[in-house]
Amino acid sequence: MSEVVLQVNNLSKRFGGFTALRNVELHVGAGERLGLIGPNGSGKTTMINCISGALFNDEGTITFEGRDITRMPPHQRANLGIARSFQIPKPFRSMTVLENLRVPLEYAAHARTSRRRIMDEAMEVLELIGLKDRANQNSAGLTQVDMRKLELARALAAKPRLLVSDEAMAGLSSSEVDEILEILFALNKRGVAVIMIEHIMRAVMRFSERVLVLDAGEKIAEGTPKEIVHNPDVERAYLGE
Amino acid sequence: MKISAFWVVVVAIFVGGLVLTEVVDNEYYFTALYVILQATIMAIAWNILGGFTGYVNFGSAAFFAVGAYTSIALNKSLGLPLPLLIAAAAIVCGLIGLGVGYLTLRLKGVYFAIATLAMAIVFETLITNWAYVGGARGAYILTPETFLWFKSYIQMVFIVMLMLALTAVAISRMLNSSRIGRGLAAIRDDEVAAECAGVPTLRLKLISTTVMGALMGVAGAPYPFFVTFVDPVSAFNLFIAVNAIAMPMIGGTAHWLGPVIGALLVGTTQEIITVNVSSELNILLVGIMLVLFITLAPQGIVGLWLKYWRRRKK
Repeated sequence: MSEVVLQVNNLSKRFGGFTALRNVELHVGAGERLGLIGPNGSGKTTMINCISGALFNDEGTITFEGRDITRMPPHQRANLGIARSFQIPKPFRSMTVLENLRVPLEYAAHARTSRRRIMDEAMEVLELIGLKDRANQNSAGLTQVDMRKLELARALAAKPRLLVSDEAMAGLSSSEVDEILEILFALNKRGVAVIMIEHIMRAVMRFSERVLVLDAGEKIAEGTPKEIVHNPDVERAYLGE
Repeated sequence: MKISAFWVVVVAIFVGGLVLTEVVDNEYYFTALYVILQATIMAIAWNILGGFTGYVNFGSAAFFAVGAYTSIALNKSLGLPLPLLIAAAAIVCGLIGLGVGYLTLRLKGVYFAIATLAMAIVFETLITNWAYVGGARGAYILTPETFLWFKSYIQMVFIVMLMLALTAVAISRMLNSSRIGRGLAAIRDDEVAAECAGVPTLRLKLISTTVMGALMGVAGAPYPFFVTFVDPVSAFNLFIAVNAIAMPMIGGTAHWLGPVIGALLVGTTQEIITVNVSSELNILLVGIMLVLFITLAPQGIVGLWLKYWRRRKK
């Protein structure tokens, strides 16, 4: 196995008396595709909030490329190379699609070069994502699938080493899911490790090299997609006894 | 090309102001222009935090009063001349902006707006109870007896204000079109997403409150020299505070030109109505304009114009 990009150890997170995550271990190798699944309320989103820094974990450590980032604010994590997309798209509504990408390029990716070059780079990302002809449209007027693409485009513009994709496909049609999957595969080919959180099993199973299952804040299974499908614990978590 | 055009206009306006002092003798016009320019600086200052950064607040105008009182206190204690007083007010109010920002910026939306309102009341109470600057009785300022080459005192104060207003416009424009400005816009649109795109949101918000405070202080510093008598009621005047919010809203908050257009339009209309109709009516007018714009054109005049322009391009 290649070098580890992200290492999460004994992570616990409580909200008042409710334990959202308990002693979870998670690691992602460089360029790896990890699927993170679990029933609703199992702690997936809390997990990625802790990884991206939106929430601070109560116990445990998070290391990214050998650096301890447990107490680091989100923007510094973005600078280091952790990008995320949001379950509910959060475009910068007053900006065009192209300008949306300018923000991560200028901040997270530290591109302090000319406007021309930043715009070229933004265009490159849009081309890869397939939003090129939307570049000068206002981001607030995009369709759902294009908003999801913009989320991924903005994450990619931050030039990450690790992308956390939070339900980028929820609510999309089958062909749209395939489109997003192709994008994620393309990103991964460029050497970006991906954590995919998804409810659409077809997508997770096709995409992931390794799947991690959470239930009620605890890791109940980990393995290749094939192993997970036949795991009795996972079946129980999803379907009950 | 565009940069030079902007500076040409700035210089032209300044020269225009100088010419005006030579040509026009009637002091009323300079009084009226002073009031409009003061409102312009305040509108620009409010807009940096309320418009660019999206932190709508009711407390900004308190910094105007603090600027005015910084002026009074330092004039009384050290006898500093106006340019130094303006610089001092900028520093004092900038620092207070930074401090207050640090305390209140963890709040959002309505809560932030209320906290800033509370802060304004705290400042008013402090100054009302500060005997050195006159307390509730107020303070008189002796105006200088010489006024450079100008024909009257008010002309000199007007030119000072014109310089400050043009500087404020330049600062606001620079901020709006810079990397920092795009960071602020990202915060306004979605703070969580901005942070995840690598924008250091807390630092940028503190820059925003500091610049807002400093500009408000700058608008307030010459105020005692303009009215020669200041008391807490007039310095913390609600009308001044409402204007600082209404003008950018009417002009458009997202663009640096918005507060300038709003202040010039509303300020001029107010002066005309005050003189020709009644001073009570102009308060009503601001209210009506604000309601109309917020319901019919939330992006303000600049927003309307951009919409029209985009449609024409298509």
